[in-house]
Amino acid sequence: MDMLLSGIGMLMHLDVLLALLIGSVGGVIIGAIPGVGPAVAIAILLPATFALPPLVGLVMLLGIYGSSMFGGALPAILINTPGTAVNALTTYDGHPMTKRGEALKALGLAYGASFGSGILSILALILLSPVLAKVAPMFGSKEIFLAALLGLVLVVIAHRGQALAAGMLAGFGVFLGTVGLEPLKYTQRFTFDQPWLASGFDLIVVVLGLFALSQAFLLLSGPEDAPDAKPIKGSMARAMGRTFRHKRIVAAGTGFGVLMGMIPGVGEFTAQFLSYTYAQKTSKDPDAFGNGSEEGLVASESANNAVPAAAMIPLLALGIPGEALTAMMLSVFYVHNVIPGPQLFQGQIDFVYALYAAMILLNVIVVLFMMVSSNLLLKIIRIPTRFLGVMILTLSFVGVYSLRNSISDCVIAAVFGWIGLVLKRQDLPPVPIILGLVLGGIMETKFRPAMARVEVFADFFQRPIAAFLGLAILALVIGHLASLRRQALERAEEEAGA
Amino acid sequence: MSDPIAKPVPGVDIPPRPGQRTGTRFQRVLRTISPRIVTGVPRRAAGPGEVVFAAGFFCLSLILLLLLPFQTDWLPRTKIFVQPRFWPAIAILTMLVFSGGHLLRALAAHPSGGAWEEIKGWLRPLEFALWFLGYVQLVPQAGYLLATILFTCAISWRLGYRSLRWMGLATLFALGTVLVFRSLLGVNIPSGAIYELLPPGGFRSFLMTRF
Repeated sequence: MDMLLSGIGMLMHLDVLLALLIGSVGGVIIGAIPGVGPAVAIAILLPATFALPPLVGLVMLLGIYGSSMFGGALPAILINTPGTAVNALTTYDGHPMTKRGEALKALGLAYGASFGSGILSILALILLSPVLAKVAPMFGSKEIFLAALLGLVLVVIAHRGQALAAGMLAGFGVFLGTVGLEPLKYTQRFTFDQPWLASGFDLIVVVLGLFALSQAFLLLSGPEDAPDAKPIKGSMARAMGRTFRHKRIVAAGTGFGVLMGMIPGVGEFTAQFLSYTYAQKTSKDPDAFGNGSEEGLVASESANNAVPAAAMIPLLALGIPGEALTAMMLSVFYVHNVIPGPQLFQGQIDFVYALYAAMILLNVIVVLFMMVSSNLLLKIIRIPTRFLGVMILTLSFVGVYSLRNSISDCVIAAVFGWIGLVLKRQDLPPVPIILGLVLGGIMETKFRPAMARVEVFADFFQRPIAAFLGLAILALVIGHLASLRRQALERAEEEAGA
Repeated sequence: MSDPIAKPVPGVDIPPRPGQRTGTRFQRVLRTISPRIVTGVPRRAAGPGEVVFAAGFFCLSLILLLLLPFQTDWLPRTKIFVQPRFWPAIAILTMLVFSGGHLLRALAAHPSGGAWEEIKGWLRPLEFALWFLGYVQLVPQAGYLLATILFTCAISWRLGYRSLRWMGLATLFALGTVLVFRSLLGVNIPSGAIYELLPPGGFRSFLMTRF
C-alpha cells in the first residue's frame, strides 16, 4: 500500500501531469485522424521525450498509446473509416448505427466501453503486480531468451494467412539487429567497411521509417480524400450510461484484452476477435452483429482498450516488448537507464505503480475530453489526406534528425519508409520487422550466458519456467501446423462435396 | 473450380490451344506442384506484384547468405554460439526459408496481373523521399524555421494546394512545429548557417537557440 501511495505521489508533479494531459489529448486527436495512428505519433515524439525526465517522457507516450483508440472510434463510427487499425471491428456495428441515426448512442457506447475496460484492466494489473514481483525474478537468461523466442513465434503465428511473410520479415528484423559492431568480440558484421553502418540500425530510425515516413509516402502518392461527417447532437453522458446495460460484455472484453495483451506478439486483434465471438455466441440476437449491434460495438471497444495496460506487463516484468509500440517505449527506458525486467519489480515497484496510476488518470482525462470535444474532432478528421502526408513528412524530420543530427539516419529512415510503403501496398505487416529487431537483440544477448552451463540440450530446460516456455513454443508450433493441416483437409472436403 | 476467387489457369485447368503460350516450362511445373495438389487447399489469387516482391526478398536473402562468410568473422577455438557469425546466419537462414516458402506460395497462386502498375506505385513515392532528403540538406543551411516554412509551402504547392489559404495553413503548420519542438521542447536540431550572417548579439543567439 505504501508503494502504491508512493507511486501516486510520483505522479503529483506539474510536469508529469502536464505531460499526461498533452499525451492523452494529443493521443485522442491523433487517433481520430485516419492515417496517422499512435505508432506514427510515438515514433515522432520519441526523440523529443529523451530530454525529459523518465516518468514525464513515458507518461506522455503512454497517454498517446492509451488514448488513441478512444479517438479512433470516432471516424470508425461516423465515416466508416477506423482512425487506428484496431478500430476496424468498430466499423462493423458502429457505422450501421450511425446510418440508422444513432451516432450519439454508438459513440457513447464506444467511449463507455473503452473507459470501463481501461479502468478494469489497470485494476486487474495492480492486483497482479505482487504476483509479478514474485514471478519475474525467476526469469534468468534462459527464461528471457525463451520468452523472447515465444514472442517471435507468436508474432509469426498470429499473422494468419501471412505466416510465411511474417516469418521472413521477422528474420529480416533479426538480421538488421546484427548489423554493426558485434557486442562480445567487437568484430564488424555486414558493415561493408562503411563507418555509418558500424553502430548498426537504430531502432527509432527504423520505426520512424517503417511507420511514419511510409505512411507519409502512402498518403502523398495516393488519391486525395477529405472525409466529411455530420455534427453530433445530444447528451454524451447519457449515451455513455447505456454501457451499464452491457456490463457482462465489458467484463468479458476486458478479460480477453488483459489476457491477450500480456502475451507478447498477440495483442488487440486476437482479443477483439475472441471478445466479439463470445458476445455474438452468448447474445439473444446474434444476427444483429455486423448490422449495428450494441453488444458487438461494446465487445470490440472493450477488448481493444484493455490491451495497452496489459501489454506493459511483459515489457515491465521481463523487458520484452509484445508489439511495436511497447518496443518503442523500451528505448525510452534504456535512454533513461531504467532497465525494465525483474529488477524493476523488486527495486522500483513504486515507479510501476506510478505508471498504472497514470493510466487510470489518462482514461479519466480522455473520457472527459471526449464528452465535450467530439464535434471539434470532426473538423480535424476533415484534413485532406495529402496535406496530412505533408504534415507527417515534416514531423518525421524532427524524429529522425534530432536523434544524432545525422544525414545518414535520414537516408536510412527514407529507405525504410520506402520499404514500409511497399509492405503496406502488399498488405504485409511491418510489425514483425520491429519485433525481430528488438527481440533478436535480446535473444542474442541472453543466449550466450544461457548456454554457459549447458552440456546437453535438455540442460536448457531444467528449470520449471524454462521447461514450461519450451513446451509452450513446441505446442504452439505443432498446434499451428495441425490447424493448417485441418483447414486444408476441410477445404478439400468442401471442394469434393461441391 | 468451386473456389469463388479461383480463375482457371491456362496450362493447368485449361488445356492450351495449339501454339498458345502458357508461361515457361518452369512456371507450368510450379503450378502443377502447387499446395492445392499436395494439401487440397484451393488456389488463391496472387496480389499485384506479389511474385515480384517475394522474388526480390528471396534474392536479397540469397545475396546475404552468399555475403555471410565475407561480412562476418569466424573465430578459432570459440564455441559456435559465441561466434560473431552465428546470429546473422540464423537470421538469414530464417529469411531464406520463409521467403522461399512465400515465393513458392506466390508462384503457385493465380497470376492476377497488374504487376507493372504496382511497381510504378512503389516507385512514385521516391519523389517524396527526395523532397524529404532535400529538406534534410536545407535545415543546416537555412535554419530550422526558414527551411520548414520553405519545405511545407513548396511541397504543398507541388501537391496542388496553391491557394492563399493553403499556403497560409502550410506556413502556420511549419511555424507551430518549430515553436513546439525547437522553442518549447528544445529538441536537438543545429542552428542554421544563415544565422551567422546576422550581427552578433542577443537577437542572433535567440534565433540560433530557439529557431
